[in-house]
Amino acid sequence: MKKKYRNPVGVSKYTGLLLITPFLAGFLLFTLYPFVSSFLLGLTEYDGIRQPEFTGFGNFRKMLGDSSFLNAAAVTLKYTAVLVPLKLIFSLLAALTLNMEIKGIGVYRTIFYIPSILGSNLAVVIMWQFLFTSDGLVNQLLELCGLAPVGWYGDSAHAMGIIVLLRLWEFGSTMIIFLNALRDIPCEYYEAAKVDGCGKIRSFFSITLPLLKNVIFLNLILQVIAAMQEFNAPYMITGGGPLKGTYTLGMLIYDEMFKYREMGYANALSWVMFTLIAAVVAAAFGFTKRHREDI
Amino acid sequence: MKKAAAYLLLTVGAAVMIYPLLWLAGASLKSNDEIFSSPWFMPESVDLSVYARAWQTVTGYTMGHYFLNTFAVIIPKTLFAVVSSVLTAYGFSRFDFPFKRLFFALLMGTMFMPAIVTIMPMYLMWSRLGALDTYIPLTVPALFAAEGSFVFMLTRFFSGVPKEFDEAARIDGCNSVQLLVHILVPCVRPVIVSISVFTFLWTMNDFLTPLIMISSVEKYPLSLILRLSADSTGNGYEQCKILAMSVIGLIPSIAVFGLAQKKFISGITAGGLSG
Repeated sequence: MKKKYRNPVGVSKYTGLLLITPFLAGFLLFTLYPFVSSFLLGLTEYDGIRQPEFTGFGNFRKMLGDSSFLNAAAVTLKYTAVLVPLKLIFSLLAALTLNMEIKGIGVYRTIFYIPSILGSNLAVVIMWQFLFTSDGLVNQLLELCGLAPVGWYGDSAHAMGIIVLLRLWEFGSTMIIFLNALRDIPCEYYEAAKVDGCGKIRSFFSITLPLLKNVIFLNLILQVIAAMQEFNAPYMITGGGPLKGTYTLGMLIYDEMFKYREMGYANALSWVMFTLIAAVVAAAFGFTKRHREDI
Repeated sequence: MKKAAAYLLLTVGAAVMIYPLLWLAGASLKSNDEIFSSPWFMPESVDLSVYARAWQTVTGYTMGHYFLNTFAVIIPKTLFAVVSSVLTAYGFSRFDFPFKRLFFALLMGTMFMPAIVTIMPMYLMWSRLGALDTYIPLTVPALFAAEGSFVFMLTRFFSGVPKEFDEAARIDGCNSVQLLVHILVPCVRPVIVSISVFTFLWTMNDFLTPLIMISSVEKYPLSLILRLSADSTGNGYEQCKILAMSVIGLIPSIAVFGLAQKKFISGITAGGLSG
């Protein structure tokens, strides 16, 4: 029992603790404290100036009758449900294509990856806003193909389409994770399958997909978390409109906090968002459980 | 034949991916009429004077001023992130200590914590400390290994360095600090490049945090000055000017990515982290 902690000779069990002190302090200050204090503030009415006034679960009851909350929650869930599956399928297809060993493939990989590193850069968001104006590039190209131009900002389905397309265009980071996982699959598997008379499509479903379970799950969670928090794009591109059709929970929380100074309510909302995200992640976890090895 | 089809598919895909950026660069040199009439990205004539006007911004400060502001955040933040992540990862991968598994689980947990839940209490905390409208809220959290994914990536890399290296170094009289500095850090240089590049890119892209924490126009980072300029453009305004500002705003990210690309890609390839 004397040597419970296996460290090199002369190294105490506190050395490691000392090294991770920055992380521990940061966890308390920037994760745990805000997390708890957000919940406590969510139980109050607070304008940022006067003392918070305890109202119990009043804020949460208020939400049930608050049409702008119900709308924002619906918009956010719809956006997530449309974007995430599309993005995962897109990234996987691109990764499969880019996994070939042909000349110049590195250049293609880089080009497909670039939009995602510029990600939520405001310059890109501004550019995107221009692309979809009534006589912008996208409509010009549609007309060139003999199609009717679309009033992108005119109705909520198309306005959401603008944002979905922006995030889809940035599929590179998800793709890279898939690509790395694909490259870890030994080619012997495919050769053996080929010998056994297994076709390309069959070996995709019997070899590739099962071996990608963990990364699919990882990408799913990362993308759900990002999509549920969407703020930049609707804030800059559509302003949440038309008719609040792209008004996400992120925007609602921001407005309650900084526009209306309803800080208690804003914190309660952020907790609801946290719970929603946790629920979606848990659902994804449960849904994939049968198909997923432990990670 | 099959190869040709693959190249065709890839080239079409690449064109779709890159054309918006080409269009942005070209449109920044076009007149309003031309922007909204011709889908081809090349302008009819090239007149770079719009960039001189864009450089002046709309605030009385030049873009140069806002670049300096941004770098005043990025440089300390990158340094803080690298040092704190390396120390934390070193602790987790090379030492045994009480509650190690629990702490590592917490670290993984922070990676899945939605920023929106923590950002408002942080705003109130910084406000109470009188640190709003300074760069403290933007930089100081990096001092505390705030990015779990960086630590995770480094831990995986440290684990790949054989323990025999450590033993040999210790026999030669290295203490824990020397071991880290002389043996382990050189082994994980590509990861450190990746961490720095990610910190750079993410800080360039960050919009919500400065939007909340920084209020005076003279302290704005690039993202906020772009928003301000985009908001203040009405009908009939010279659209190419805001597009030119966007191009200027993207140059640092593209340049850093281009410079570090090789090391950076090898870092994320092996580390499983990505933007």
